Amino acid sequence: MRYESPSTVDQAVKLLTDCDGDTRVLAGGTDVLVQLRLGMISPELIVDIKNIDGMQAISDENGGFRIGAATESATLGEHADLSAAWPGVVEAMELVGSTQVQGRATMTGNLCNASPAADSVPALLAANAQVSISGPDGTRTCSVGDIPVSPGKTSLTRGEIITAIHLPQQKAKSGDAYLRFIPRTEMDIAVASAGVNLTLDDNGICTEARVALGAVAPTVLLVTEAAEAIIGTSLDEPALDELSAICSAACRPIDDKRGTVEFRTKVAGVLAKRAALIAYIRAGGSK
Amino acid sequence: MSKLHVATNVNGDAVEFLCEPHDTLLDVLRNQLGLTGAKEGCGSGDCGACSVELDGRLVCSCLVLGAEVGGKSVQTIEGMATGENLHPLQQKLLDHAALQCGICTPGILVAAKALLDKNPNPTETEVRYWLAGNLCRCTGYDKIIRAVLDAAAEMRGA
Repeated sequence: MRYESPSTVDQAVKLLTDCDGDTRVLAGGTDVLVQLRLGMISPELIVDIKNIDGMQAISDENGGFRIGAATESATLGEHADLSAAWPGVVEAMELVGSTQVQGRATMTGNLCNASPAADSVPALLAANAQVSISGPDGTRTCSVGDIPVSPGKTSLTRGEIITAIHLPQQKAKSGDAYLRFIPRTEMDIAVASAGVNLTLDDNGICTEARVALGAVAPTVLLVTEAAEAIIGTSLDEPALDELSAICSAACRPIDDKRGTVEFRTKVAGVLAKRAALIAYIRAGGSK
Repeated sequence: MSKLHVATNVNGDAVEFLCEPHDTLLDVLRNQLGLTGAKEGCGSGDCGACSVELDGRLVCSCLVLGAEVGGKSVQTIEGMATGENLHPLQQKLLDHAALQCGICTPGILVAAKALLDKNPNPTETEVRYWLAGNLCRCTGYDKIIRAVLDAAAEMRGA
Protein backbone atom coordinates (compact mmCIF):
# COMPACT_ATOMS: atom_id res chain seq x y z
CA MET A 1 0.00 0.00 0.00
CA ARG A 2 1.24 3.46 -0.88
CA TYR A 3 0.58 6.61 1.13
CA GLU A 4 0.67 9.95 -0.66
CA SER A 5 -0.01 13.40 0.72
CA PRO A 6 -0.43 15.80 -2.21
CA SER A 7 -0.51 19.55 -1.70
CA THR A 8 -2.99 20.39 -4.47
CA VAL A 9 -6.35 19.07 -5.62
CA ASP A 10 -4.96 18.45 -9.11
CA GLN A 11 -2.19 16.27 -7.71
CA ALA A 12 -4.72 14.31 -5.67
CA VAL A 13 -6.98 13.79 -8.68
CA LYS A 14 -4.03 12.67 -10.83
CA LEU A 15 -2.82 10.20 -8.19
CA LEU A 16 -6.28 8.67 -7.90
CA THR A 17 -6.93 8.61 -11.65
CA ASP A 18 -3.55 7.09 -12.49
CA CYS A 19 -3.82 4.24 -9.99
CA ASP A 20 -5.17 1.09 -11.56
CA GLY A 21 -5.92 -0.61 -8.29
CA ASP A 22 -8.24 0.23 -5.43
CA THR A 23 -7.74 3.64 -3.86
CA ARG A 24 -9.03 5.46 -0.82
CA VAL A 25 -9.13 9.15 0.03
CA LEU A 26 -7.94 9.81 3.58
CA ALA A 27 -9.39 12.70 5.52
CA GLY A 28 -10.12 11.83 9.17
CA GLY A 29 -9.55 8.12 8.66
CA THR A 30 -12.20 7.14 11.16
CA ASP A 31 -13.87 4.86 8.60
CA VAL A 32 -10.97 4.10 6.24
CA LEU A 33 -8.53 3.01 8.94
CA VAL A 34 -11.12 0.86 10.69
CA GLN A 35 -11.95 -0.89 7.41
CA LEU A 36 -8.27 -1.26 6.62
CA ARG A 37 -7.56 -2.94 9.96
CA LEU A 38 -10.54 -5.26 9.54
CA GLY A 39 -9.32 -6.29 6.11
CA MET A 40 -12.55 -5.03 4.55
CA ILE A 41 -10.55 -2.92 2.11
CA SER A 42 -7.08 -3.38 0.62
CA PRO A 43 -6.32 -0.19 -1.26
CA GLU A 44 -3.18 0.03 -3.32
CA LEU A 45 -3.06 3.76 -2.68
CA ILE A 46 -4.20 6.07 0.09
CA VAL A 47 -4.35 9.77 -0.78
CA ASP A 48 -4.26 12.05 2.24
CA ILE A 49 -6.07 15.28 1.37
CA LYS A 50 -5.41 17.12 4.63
CA ASN A 51 -2.37 19.02 3.37
CA ILE A 52 -4.23 20.62 0.49
CA ASP A 53 -5.02 24.31 0.98
CA GLY A 54 -8.57 24.98 2.01
CA MET A 55 -9.39 21.37 2.82
CA GLN A 56 -9.60 22.06 6.53
CA ALA A 57 -11.26 25.46 6.44
CA ILE A 58 -14.74 26.77 7.15
CA SER A 59 -15.42 30.01 5.30
CA ASP A 60 -18.37 32.32 4.74
CA GLU A 61 -19.77 31.92 1.27
CA ASN A 62 -22.64 34.02 -0.10
CA GLY A 63 -24.22 34.15 3.34
CA GLY A 64 -23.79 30.41 3.73
CA PHE A 65 -20.71 28.33 4.43
CA ARG A 66 -18.07 26.43 2.55
CA ILE A 67 -16.72 23.56 4.63
CA GLY A 68 -13.53 22.01 3.31
CA ALA A 69 -13.70 18.26 2.83
CA ALA A 70 -11.12 17.49 5.50
CA THR A 71 -12.57 19.74 8.19
CA GLU A 72 -12.71 17.75 11.40
CA SER A 73 -16.05 17.59 13.14
CA ALA A 74 -14.82 19.15 16.39
CA THR A 75 -14.21 22.39 14.47
CA LEU A 76 -17.85 22.65 13.42
CA GLY A 77 -19.22 23.21 16.91
CA GLU A 78 -16.42 25.63 17.63
CA HIS A 79 -17.49 27.81 14.70
CA ALA A 80 -20.01 30.18 16.27
CA ASP A 81 -21.65 31.40 13.05
CA LEU A 82 -22.05 27.93 11.60
CA SER A 83 -23.49 26.58 14.84
CA ALA A 84 -25.94 29.47 15.01
CA ALA A 85 -27.08 29.18 11.39
CA TRP A 86 -27.22 25.38 11.07
CA PRO A 87 -27.49 23.84 14.55
CA GLY A 88 -29.15 20.73 13.11
CA VAL A 89 -26.25 20.00 10.77
CA VAL A 90 -23.71 20.58 13.52
CA GLU A 91 -25.54 18.51 16.13
CA ALA A 92 -25.96 15.68 13.62
CA MET A 93 -22.25 15.41 12.87
CA GLU A 94 -21.42 15.86 16.55
CA LEU A 95 -23.27 12.64 17.33
CA VAL A 96 -20.75 10.58 15.39
CA GLY A 97 -18.46 8.53 17.62
CA SER A 98 -16.66 9.81 20.67
CA THR A 99 -14.69 12.93 21.53
CA GLN A 100 -11.67 11.20 20.04
CA VAL A 101 -13.49 10.37 16.81
CA GLN A 102 -14.79 13.95 16.65
CA GLY A 103 -11.20 15.12 16.62
CA ARG A 104 -10.65 13.44 13.25
CA ALA A 105 -13.97 12.55 11.58
CA THR A 106 -15.27 14.73 8.74
CA MET A 107 -18.74 15.33 7.28
CA THR A 108 -17.42 14.57 3.81
CA GLY A 109 -16.05 11.26 5.02
CA ASN A 110 -19.34 10.50 6.70
CA LEU A 111 -21.10 11.25 3.40
CA CYS A 112 -18.69 9.27 1.22
CA ASN A 113 -18.62 6.23 3.49
CA ALA A 114 -22.22 5.94 2.33
CA SER A 115 -23.58 4.16 5.34
CA PRO A 116 -27.39 4.18 5.31
CA ALA A 117 -27.18 5.26 8.95
CA ALA A 118 -24.76 8.15 8.46
CA ASP A 119 -25.72 10.92 10.88
CA SER A 120 -24.67 14.01 8.96
CA VAL A 121 -26.45 13.11 5.74
CA PRO A 122 -30.13 13.59 6.70
CA ALA A 123 -29.29 16.95 8.24
CA LEU A 124 -27.21 18.01 5.23
CA LEU A 125 -29.94 16.91 2.84
CA ALA A 126 -32.60 18.76 4.82
CA ALA A 127 -30.37 21.83 4.64
CA ASN A 128 -30.10 21.37 0.85
CA ALA A 129 -26.33 21.18 1.02
CA GLN A 130 -24.29 20.84 -2.14
CA VAL A 131 -20.83 19.38 -2.72
CA SER A 132 -18.00 20.48 -4.99
CA ILE A 133 -16.27 17.68 -6.81
CA SER A 134 -12.96 17.75 -8.67
CA GLY A 135 -12.03 15.01 -11.09
CA PRO A 136 -10.02 14.21 -14.20
CA ASP A 137 -12.72 15.84 -16.34
CA GLY A 138 -12.89 19.03 -14.31
CA THR A 139 -15.12 20.27 -11.51
CA ARG A 140 -18.81 19.87 -10.86
CA THR A 141 -21.32 20.34 -8.05
CA CYS A 142 -24.28 18.28 -7.00
CA SER A 143 -26.65 17.81 -4.09
CA VAL A 144 -25.38 15.79 -1.13
CA GLY A 145 -28.33 13.50 -1.80
CA ASP A 146 -26.77 12.46 -5.12
CA ILE A 147 -23.60 11.12 -3.54
CA PRO A 148 -24.65 7.88 -1.77
CA VAL A 149 -26.08 5.35 -4.25
CA SER A 150 -26.18 2.23 -2.10
CA PRO A 151 -24.63 1.08 1.18
CA GLY A 152 -20.89 1.74 0.90
CA LYS A 153 -21.08 3.06 -2.64
CA THR A 154 -21.03 6.64 -3.95
CA SER A 155 -21.70 8.16 -7.34
CA LEU A 156 -18.16 9.51 -7.54
CA THR A 157 -16.31 8.18 -10.57
CA ARG A 158 -12.65 7.24 -10.76
CA GLY A 159 -10.35 10.06 -9.79
CA GLU A 160 -13.12 12.25 -8.38
CA ILE A 161 -12.91 13.73 -4.90
CA ILE A 162 -15.21 15.98 -2.98
CA THR A 163 -13.36 19.18 -2.13
CA ALA A 164 -16.02 20.94 -0.06
CA ILE A 165 -19.54 20.88 1.32
CA HIS A 166 -21.58 24.02 0.74
CA LEU A 167 -24.38 25.08 3.04
CA PRO A 168 -26.70 27.75 1.66
CA GLN A 169 -27.57 30.88 3.58
CA GLN A 170 -30.13 29.93 6.18
CA LYS A 171 -33.26 31.98 5.61
CA ALA A 172 -34.76 34.28 8.22
CA LYS A 173 -37.22 32.62 10.59
CA SER A 174 -35.78 29.22 9.83
CA GLY A 175 -34.45 26.37 11.87
CA ASP A 176 -33.08 22.89 11.44
CA ALA A 177 -32.78 19.90 13.76
CA TYR A 178 -31.59 16.29 13.74
CA LEU A 179 -32.54 13.41 15.99
CA ARG A 180 -31.57 9.77 15.98
CA PHE A 181 -32.47 6.70 17.98
CA ILE A 182 -29.68 4.57 19.43
CA PRO A 183 -30.01 2.00 22.22
CA ARG A 184 -26.91 3.28 24.07
CA THR A 185 -26.33 6.86 25.18
CA GLU A 186 -23.29 7.41 22.97
CA MET A 187 -20.99 5.69 20.52
CA ASP A 188 -23.61 3.91 18.46
CA ILE A 189 -25.01 3.75 14.97
CA ALA A 190 -28.42 5.25 14.21
CA VAL A 191 -31.30 2.79 14.17
CA ALA A 192 -33.54 5.49 12.70
CA SER A 193 -33.03 9.21 12.27
CA ALA A 194 -34.67 12.36 10.98
CA GLY A 195 -33.38 15.74 9.83
CA VAL A 196 -35.83 18.62 9.38
CA ASN A 197 -35.23 22.13 8.07
CA LEU A 198 -38.10 24.63 7.88
CA THR A 199 -38.98 28.28 7.39
CA LEU A 200 -41.86 30.19 8.96
CA ASP A 201 -43.71 33.35 8.04
CA ASP A 202 -44.40 36.16 10.51
CA ASN A 203 -47.48 34.34 11.82
CA GLY A 204 -45.61 31.15 12.66
CA ILE A 205 -46.96 29.30 9.63
CA CYS A 206 -44.52 26.99 7.89
CA THR A 207 -43.81 28.17 4.34
CA GLU A 208 -41.00 25.79 3.38
CA ALA A 209 -39.71 22.53 4.72
CA ARG A 210 -37.37 19.64 3.96
CA VAL A 211 -37.62 16.33 5.80
CA ALA A 212 -34.97 13.63 5.46
CA LEU A 213 -34.85 10.20 7.07
CA GLY A 214 -31.76 8.10 7.79
CA ALA A 215 -31.14 4.43 8.54
CA VAL A 216 -34.50 3.37 7.11
CA ALA A 217 -33.49 2.73 3.49
CA PRO A 218 -30.31 1.88 1.57
CA THR A 219 -29.68 5.61 1.25
CA VAL A 220 -31.03 8.71 2.97
CA LEU A 221 -34.63 9.53 2.02
CA LEU A 222 -35.87 13.03 1.23
CA VAL A 223 -39.60 12.77 1.95
CA THR A 224 -41.21 15.65 0.04
CA GLU A 225 -44.73 14.53 0.94
CA ALA A 226 -43.90 14.79 4.61
CA ALA A 227 -42.70 18.36 4.11
CA GLU A 228 -45.94 19.16 2.31
CA ALA A 229 -47.89 17.91 5.31
CA ILE A 230 -46.52 20.69 7.51
CA ILE A 231 -46.24 23.49 4.96
CA GLY A 232 -49.12 25.92 5.45
CA THR A 233 -49.57 24.82 9.06
CA SER A 234 -48.29 25.94 12.44
CA LEU A 235 -47.23 22.36 13.11
CA ASP A 236 -50.40 21.61 15.04
CA GLU A 237 -51.09 18.04 16.18
CA PRO A 238 -52.95 16.90 13.04
CA ALA A 239 -50.18 18.23 10.79
CA LEU A 240 -47.50 16.54 12.89
CA ASP A 241 -49.43 13.28 12.95
CA GLU A 242 -49.69 13.40 9.17
CA LEU A 243 -45.95 14.14 8.91
CA SER A 244 -45.26 11.20 11.17
CA ALA A 245 -47.50 8.82 9.24
CA ILE A 246 -46.08 9.83 5.87
CA CYS A 247 -42.52 9.37 7.17
CA SER A 248 -43.32 5.92 8.51
CA ALA A 249 -44.91 5.00 5.19
CA ALA A 250 -41.80 6.14 3.32
CA CYS A 251 -39.47 3.89 5.29
CA ARG A 252 -37.89 0.88 3.58
CA PRO A 253 -35.68 -0.47 6.36
CA ILE A 254 -34.20 -3.90 6.99
CA ASP A 255 -34.33 -6.16 10.03
CA ASP A 256 -30.92 -6.41 11.61
CA LYS A 257 -29.31 -6.68 15.02
CA ARG A 258 -29.94 -2.99 15.69
CA GLY A 259 -33.62 -2.89 14.95
CA THR A 260 -36.59 -4.48 13.25
CA VAL A 261 -38.47 -3.12 10.27
CA GLU A 262 -41.43 -2.43 12.55
CA PHE A 263 -39.39 -0.60 15.16
CA ARG A 264 -37.49 1.56 12.69
CA THR A 265 -40.63 2.44 10.79
CA LYS A 266 -42.43 3.53 13.94
CA VAL A 267 -39.49 5.41 15.44
CA ALA A 268 -38.65 7.26 12.22
CA GLY A 269 -42.13 8.76 12.29
CA VAL A 270 -41.78 9.78 15.91
CA LEU A 271 -38.33 11.31 15.38
CA ALA A 272 -39.51 13.28 12.35
CA LYS A 273 -42.25 14.82 14.47
CA ARG A 274 -39.90 15.69 17.32
CA ALA A 275 -37.22 17.08 14.99
CA ALA A 276 -39.83 19.19 13.23
CA LEU A 277 -40.89 20.67 16.56
CA ILE A 278 -37.32 21.49 17.56
CA ALA A 279 -36.74 23.11 14.16
CA TYR A 280 -39.98 25.04 14.63
CA ILE A 281 -38.86 26.44 17.98
CA ARG A 282 -35.44 27.28 16.56
CA ALA A 283 -37.16 29.13 13.72
CA GLY A 284 -38.87 31.32 16.28
CA GLY A 285 -42.19 29.53 16.41
CA SER A 286 -43.92 29.19 19.75
CA LYS A 287 -45.67 26.16 21.15
CA MET B 1 7.49 -1.26 -0.39
CA SER B 2 9.77 1.42 1.06
CA LYS B 3 9.36 2.86 4.50
CA LEU B 4 8.24 6.43 5.09
CA HIS B 5 10.43 8.82 7.03
CA VAL B 6 8.52 11.01 9.44
CA ALA B 7 9.80 13.91 11.55
CA THR B 8 7.51 14.97 14.34
CA ASN B 9 7.39 16.20 17.92
CA VAL B 10 6.37 13.95 20.79
CA ASN B 11 5.87 15.42 24.26
CA GLY B 12 8.03 18.38 23.32
CA ASP B 13 10.90 16.35 21.89
CA ALA B 14 11.83 16.32 18.20
CA VAL B 15 11.53 12.74 17.02
CA GLU B 16 12.11 10.91 13.73
CA PHE B 17 11.02 7.45 12.73
CA LEU B 18 10.58 5.12 9.80
CA CYS B 19 7.27 3.40 9.33
CA GLU B 20 5.22 1.43 6.83
CA PRO B 21 2.34 3.28 5.17
CA HIS B 22 -0.19 1.18 7.07
CA ASP B 23 1.40 1.60 10.50
CA THR B 24 -0.78 3.55 12.89
CA LEU B 25 0.50 6.21 15.25
CA LEU B 26 -0.25 3.71 18.02
CA ASP B 27 2.04 1.14 16.36
CA VAL B 28 4.76 3.75 16.02
CA LEU B 29 4.47 5.02 19.60
CA ARG B 30 4.63 1.55 21.09
CA ASN B 31 6.97 -0.28 18.71
CA GLN B 32 9.30 2.37 17.33
CA LEU B 33 9.40 4.97 20.06
CA GLY B 34 9.08 2.77 23.12
CA LEU B 35 6.16 4.84 24.44
CA THR B 36 3.94 2.04 25.62
CA GLY B 37 1.60 4.18 27.70
CA ALA B 38 -0.99 4.26 24.93
CA LYS B 39 -2.66 0.84 24.79
CA GLU B 40 -4.35 -1.10 22.00
CA GLY B 41 -7.72 -2.03 23.48
CA CYS B 42 -9.64 -2.48 20.25
CA GLY B 43 -7.74 -1.12 17.27
CA SER B 44 -10.95 0.37 15.90
CA GLY B 45 -11.36 3.69 17.68
CA ASP B 46 -14.03 2.46 20.08
CA CYS B 47 -12.31 2.05 23.45
CA GLY B 48 -10.07 5.11 23.79
CA ALA B 49 -7.21 3.23 25.47
CA CYS B 50 -4.89 4.59 22.78
CA SER B 51 -5.90 8.22 23.30
CA VAL B 52 -3.29 10.90 22.59
CA GLU B 53 -3.45 14.57 21.69
CA LEU B 54 -2.49 15.51 18.14
CA ASP B 55 -1.92 19.25 17.67
CA GLY B 56 -4.01 19.78 20.77
CA ARG B 57 -6.91 17.57 19.63
CA LEU B 58 -7.89 14.46 21.53
CA VAL B 59 -7.73 11.53 19.09
CA CYS B 60 -7.39 7.75 19.03
CA SER B 61 -3.85 6.98 17.91
CA CYS B 62 -5.13 3.75 16.36
CA LEU B 63 -7.08 5.90 13.90
CA VAL B 64 -4.09 7.97 12.82
CA LEU B 65 -1.39 6.69 10.51
CA GLY B 66 2.21 7.23 11.56
CA ALA B 67 2.61 8.90 8.18
CA GLU B 68 0.09 11.58 9.10
CA VAL B 69 1.96 13.15 12.02
CA GLY B 70 4.89 14.68 10.17
CA GLY B 71 5.41 18.23 11.36
CA LYS B 72 2.78 17.88 14.06
CA SER B 73 2.92 17.68 17.82
CA VAL B 74 1.87 14.58 19.69
CA GLN B 75 1.16 14.53 23.40
CA THR B 76 1.00 11.16 25.13
CA ILE B 77 0.45 10.02 28.71
CA GLU B 78 4.21 9.97 29.12
CA GLY B 79 4.23 13.74 28.84
CA MET B 80 1.63 14.38 31.47
CA ALA B 81 3.72 14.44 34.63
CA THR B 82 6.42 17.06 35.07
CA GLY B 83 9.50 15.12 36.11
CA GLU B 84 8.60 13.46 39.38
CA ASN B 85 5.50 15.60 39.86
CA LEU B 86 2.27 13.94 38.85
CA HIS B 87 -0.43 15.95 37.10
CA PRO B 88 -3.34 16.61 39.50
CA LEU B 89 -5.49 14.24 37.43
CA GLN B 90 -2.95 11.45 37.90
CA GLN B 91 -2.75 12.10 41.63
CA LYS B 92 -6.51 12.21 42.06
CA LEU B 93 -6.99 8.93 40.19
CA LEU B 94 -4.58 7.37 42.65
CA ASP B 95 -6.18 9.08 45.65
CA HIS B 96 -9.63 7.90 44.61
CA ALA B 97 -8.41 4.39 43.69
CA ALA B 98 -9.99 5.06 40.31
CA LEU B 99 -8.21 2.24 38.53
CA GLN B 100 -7.82 -1.52 38.86
CA CYS B 101 -6.05 -3.15 35.93
CA GLY B 102 -4.98 0.24 34.64
CA ILE B 103 -5.35 -0.49 30.93
CA CYS B 104 -7.88 2.28 30.34
CA THR B 105 -6.06 4.69 32.64
CA PRO B 106 -3.58 6.33 30.28
CA GLY B 107 -6.40 6.99 27.80
CA ILE B 108 -8.71 8.26 30.55
CA LEU B 109 -6.02 10.64 31.80
CA VAL B 110 -5.17 12.03 28.37
CA ALA B 111 -8.86 12.46 27.60
CA ALA B 112 -9.63 14.05 30.97
CA LYS B 113 -6.72 16.44 30.61
CA ALA B 114 -7.98 17.45 27.17
CA LEU B 115 -11.37 18.18 28.75
CA LEU B 116 -10.02 20.29 31.58
CA ASP B 117 -7.75 22.20 29.20
CA LYS B 118 -10.86 23.15 27.25
CA ASN B 119 -13.40 23.40 30.06
CA PRO B 120 -11.91 23.81 33.56
CA ASN B 121 -15.31 23.56 35.22
CA PRO B 122 -17.26 20.72 33.66
CA THR B 123 -20.43 19.31 35.15
CA GLU B 124 -20.57 15.61 35.96
CA THR B 125 -22.69 15.07 32.85
CA GLU B 126 -20.16 16.88 30.70
CA VAL B 127 -17.36 14.73 32.08
CA ARG B 128 -19.31 11.54 31.44
CA TYR B 129 -20.17 12.48 27.87
CA TRP B 130 -16.62 13.66 27.12
CA LEU B 131 -15.23 10.33 28.39
CA ALA B 132 -17.85 8.27 26.53
CA GLY B 133 -15.10 7.11 24.18
CA ASN B 134 -12.98 5.75 27.02
CA LEU B 135 -14.18 2.32 28.09
CA CYS B 136 -13.30 0.78 31.45
CA ARG B 137 -14.08 -2.84 32.25
CA CYS B 138 -13.03 -2.72 35.88
CA THR B 139 -14.18 0.29 37.83
CA GLY B 140 -17.70 1.08 36.75
CA TYR B 141 -16.53 4.65 36.05
CA ASP B 142 -17.83 6.15 39.31
CA LYS B 143 -14.46 6.67 40.98
CA ILE B 144 -12.98 7.90 37.71
CA ILE B 145 -15.63 10.60 37.41
CA ARG B 146 -15.22 11.64 41.04
CA ALA B 147 -11.46 11.83 40.57
CA VAL B 148 -11.75 13.97 37.45
CA LEU B 149 -14.18 16.37 39.11
CA ASP B 150 -11.95 16.54 42.19
CA ALA B 151 -8.89 17.26 40.05
CA ALA B 152 -10.82 19.93 38.17
CA ALA B 153 -11.74 21.61 41.44
CA GLU B 154 -8.16 21.51 42.68
CA MET B 155 -6.87 22.90 39.39
CA ARG B 156 -9.35 25.76 39.64
CA GLY B 157 -7.96 26.51 43.05
CA ALA B 158 -11.32 25.76 44.61
